[in-house]
Amino acid sequence: MATLHNAAAEGVLRQVDYWWTVFKRTWRGSVISSFVAPLFYVVGMGVLLGGFVSAAPAELEGATSYLAFLVPGLVAAHAMQLAVGETTYPVMGAIKWHRSYHAQMATPLRVCDIVNAHLVFVALRIASACAVFLLVLAPFGVFVTWWGPVLAWFGLILLGMAFATVVFGISARMTSEEGYGVIYRLGVVPLVLFSGSFFPIDNLGPVLGWVARLTPLWHGVDLTRMLCLDTVDATTALVHVLVLVVITALGWRWATRGLEQRLGS
Amino acid sequence: MTTASPISPRQALGAITLRNYTTYKRYWKLFLTGFLEPVLYLFSIGIGVGQLIESFELNGQPIPYAEFVAPGMLAASAFNGALLDSTYNVFFKLKYDKLYDQMLATPLTTADVARGEILWGQLRGASYSAAFLLVMLAMGLVHSWWAVLALPATLLIGFAFSAVFMAWTTWMKSFQDFDKITLVQLPMFLFSATFFPVEAYGDGAVRWVVEATPLYRGVVLCRELTTGEPTWASGVSVLYLLAMGLLGMVVVRRRLDTLLRT
Repeated sequence: MATLHNAAAEGVLRQVDYWWTVFKRTWRGSVISSFVAPLFYVVGMGVLLGGFVSAAPAELEGATSYLAFLVPGLVAAHAMQLAVGETTYPVMGAIKWHRSYHAQMATPLRVCDIVNAHLVFVALRIASACAVFLLVLAPFGVFVTWWGPVLAWFGLILLGMAFATVVFGISARMTSEEGYGVIYRLGVVPLVLFSGSFFPIDNLGPVLGWVARLTPLWHGVDLTRMLCLDTVDATTALVHVLVLVVITALGWRWATRGLEQRLGS
Repeated sequence: MTTASPISPRQALGAITLRNYTTYKRYWKLFLTGFLEPVLYLFSIGIGVGQLIESFELNGQPIPYAEFVAPGMLAASAFNGALLDSTYNVFFKLKYDKLYDQMLATPLTTADVARGEILWGQLRGASYSAAFLLVMLAMGLVHSWWAVLALPATLLIGFAFSAVFMAWTTWMKSFQDFDKITLVQLPMFLFSATFFPVEAYGDGAVRWVVEATPLYRGVVLCRELTTGEPTWASGVSVLYLLAMGLLGMVVVRRRLDTLLRT
């Protein structure tokens, strides 16, 4: 067993530096999308629009201001968008355009090493971007405890991986990038808008509220918000974590199988 | 060089539009879902967030939040559509497809190319705006006949931004430059009195700056029309956007001349 673990770890380590090198050369472009853009949303929606919101904490799931309500939702939605962004075009590119997966297959690396390495890189991207986001927001006084955002950070990485693994699996099976436009417009955008990031899902009414509760993003949003606002309900939090872990595990299988079929043939 | 062009500007416009229509037919799914985006924003922000907001004052009258935010979404979607069409698409055609080089090998002129691309963006934008106005009507967010004029108002917004952003695109060197566009697009989208009244900025210089930006003029123009309260300021907005578009057109044509005619 020990040797098998070592082999997997070695395969990943040998490969993560590839993505790290790519990132070192292209990170400047990601600063705006992964950092400046969410900050604009915090100021525009949270501070300025929030100034017009006069709802009681009971209407805002326990938050004392709209800003405090919005911030955890925005970070969670951001983690999802990063995960999707890193597993759509980059995966399609590695399979189809610059074919770096094929090049990697010509080495002793296995398909699962390639998938794992890419996913580790995505996790690092999400971890660093969310950490910076949370640190910058701390002075706004939106966090109740110091350990809440720290735990939330782990939850955000998990949320990101749930999406990254599933979307990786889709990308591994997709033949044309045209489908991404539809994935973004029918998947990512509605999730961001209706999974409790911008307003409590109770405002959606009973039926749509339950639909929202079934989406993976809502589990991440609610988990992040409970931790940031110190309103944790242990059972609910456990359910959220469990759902995200199960999706990540199934997604990982789906991604590995997909790439195996794609590169095997 | 004084020989007359074998085709008139109108025929040229028709040919380019037909070409765009033919290639675009393949992407009808993208076209259809593109209309959904502002509608989803309207439901999410207007209704979902709107339940947290009592109401706004507009011209001394209280107005429900959804009625306030809908014209903002209408203007912003015209802006976003024009921006996407005239930056990413134009850049791709200019740099990778070399489409304009091919067009200029025919009797088409650079002015024809500029007009043709902008007209195509306008046709697409107009269909989105018309659909969005119908959604507003169905949701009971329109109470005045002035709202009919909101459609040409969105076309004006589209024209102004298409021309200026297309001109900007001619200076782009790589896709990395598009971050600068995001840096302009996102603040405009969020801070142009789209989601909250301009009074949020107080009475200082910030408010003056916001009021001088083109998207703010477009948002307020749409809002004045859908709420049935046009003022002299609406006229200012119209002239502002018209001038901006015409200026952009002149620059586009000159730039295409230097880029493609050398």
